Amino acid sequence: MTDWTLFEVFVRSKHGLNHKHVGSVHAADAAMALENARELYTRRSEGVSLWVVPSALITASSPDEKEPLFDPSDDKVYRHATFYELPKDVGHM
Amino acid sequence: MYAQLVDTGVKRLKTLEEMSPQERDFQQKIDAEIKIEPKNWMPEGYRRTLIRQISQHAHSEIVGMLPEKNWLTRAPNFKRKLQLLAKIQDEGGHGLYLYSAMETLGADREEEIAKLHSGEVKYSSIFNYPTLNWADMGTVGWLVDGAAIVNQVVLQRTSYAPYSRAMIRICKEESFHQRQGYQILLHLMQHGNEAQKAMVQDSINRFWWPALMMFGPHDSDSPNSAQSMAWKIKRMSNDDLRQRFIDQTVPQLELLGCTAPDPALKWNAERGHYDFGEIDWSEFYDVVKGNGPCNRDRLRTRRRAIEEGSWVREAASAYAAKQQQNNAAA
Repeated sequence: MTDWTLFEVFVRSKHGLNHKHVGSVHAADAAMALENARELYTRRSEGVSLWVVPSALITASSPDEKEPLFDPSDDKVYRHATFYELPKDVGHM
Repeated sequence: MYAQLVDTGVKRLKTLEEMSPQERDFQQKIDAEIKIEPKNWMPEGYRRTLIRQISQHAHSEIVGMLPEKNWLTRAPNFKRKLQLLAKIQDEGGHGLYLYSAMETLGADREEEIAKLHSGEVKYSSIFNYPTLNWADMGTVGWLVDGAAIVNQVVLQRTSYAPYSRAMIRICKEESFHQRQGYQILLHLMQHGNEAQKAMVQDSINRFWWPALMMFGPHDSDSPNSAQSMAWKIKRMSNDDLRQRFIDQTVPQLELLGCTAPDPALKWNAERGHYDFGEIDWSEFYDVVKGNGPCNRDRLRTRRRAIEEGSWVREAASAYAAKQQQNNAAA
C-alpha cells in the first residue's frame, strides 16, 4: 500500500450544487479511487457525482498568508449591497 | 471511550504567561472555539496526543468489526444478516474516516497499523470480550454503540477540525447501529420464548460493566484529562460522560423488561441522576494490559487479515501499473 496514492474526494450531493470536499482515500489508481470513494462516502445516497484528485496535485494557500490574502477584502465594504442606503420608496432592489 | 488512557505527555498545565507567543496564540484560538486546521501551527504535544487518540479511535472501529463478524454466518435470518453486514461495513468506513483525519497530522497509516499489531497502541477494551449468543448482536449495538455515541456526540465539538468533521459523519450513521441493536433485543423480549428472553438478560449481564468501562477511569485517576480538556480535544470528562450514558440507558433497559447486574443502580431524585455501583477497575486495567478474554485472538485476526490480503493489494498495484502502460502506449 506504500506506493498507493492519496486522493481527495469531492461529492456533489444534488444536481445543481457544487462538489464539496468530504475526505480522502488511498488507491492504486484513479479508477480504484473512485470505487473506494463510492464505498466510503456515498453509502446512503449522499451524492450524484464524485471527483477524486491526487492530494499532491492540490496547491493550497498557507495559513500564514491568511491576512495578506483575505484582509484586503474586509475593508472594501462598498462591495456589499448593504453599503448603499436607498430610500424606502425605492422598494425591493 | 473508543480512545482510553490517551497520554498527553503533560504532567502540569502551562499558564498563558509561561507559554511561548506561538503557544499562547494557539491556546487563545482554542479558547475562542476556533477550530484548528491541518496546516495551522500547533504544539507538538497537541499533534502527538491527537495522533494517539485518533489512531486508537480508528483501530477501535476496525477491531470492533470482529466481534460482530462472529454472527454474520449465524444470523437468524437474511434480513438480520443484511443489517449486520451494513453495520459492519459502516464500522470499517468509520475507521477509514478516522485514519484519514489522522493522516492530516502527518502520521503514516501503515506505521500506525503496525503499532496496533505489535500491541504498542491500544483499541477500546470493550472489543476484547467475546460475543457468545445472538442477543449479543443486539446488546453490542444498543450498549456499546450507545456508549460510543454519547462520547462521539460530544467529540463533534473537538478542537481539531478534521477529527470533528469525521465525528459529525460518524454520528449521522451511528444511530442506525444503536436502533438496530435495540430492536433485536426488543423483538426477542416481546416475541421470544423463555430461553430467548434469558439469552437477552445473560447478554446484558455480561456487557453492562464492560460498556461502563468504555468511558475510561475515574476523573481522579485520569492524569491526562486536564491537558486534553484544555486543548479541547476532549470536551467532557469520563465520569460525566458515563453518568450521561447511564441516565439515558436505564429507561431503555426498563422498557425491555430487563435488569442491570448492579444492585446499587437506583434513581437519585436529589441529584437528578442514577446512582450506580463501583466498577471493577482491576478487570479494566487487566483487559487494557492485554489479558482480556479475546485480546490475543483479535490481534491475531487483524495481523492475518493484513498478511493474507497482501496479494490483493499487490495485484491492484500491478493492474494499475499495467493500465498506465497501456494508456501511455495508446
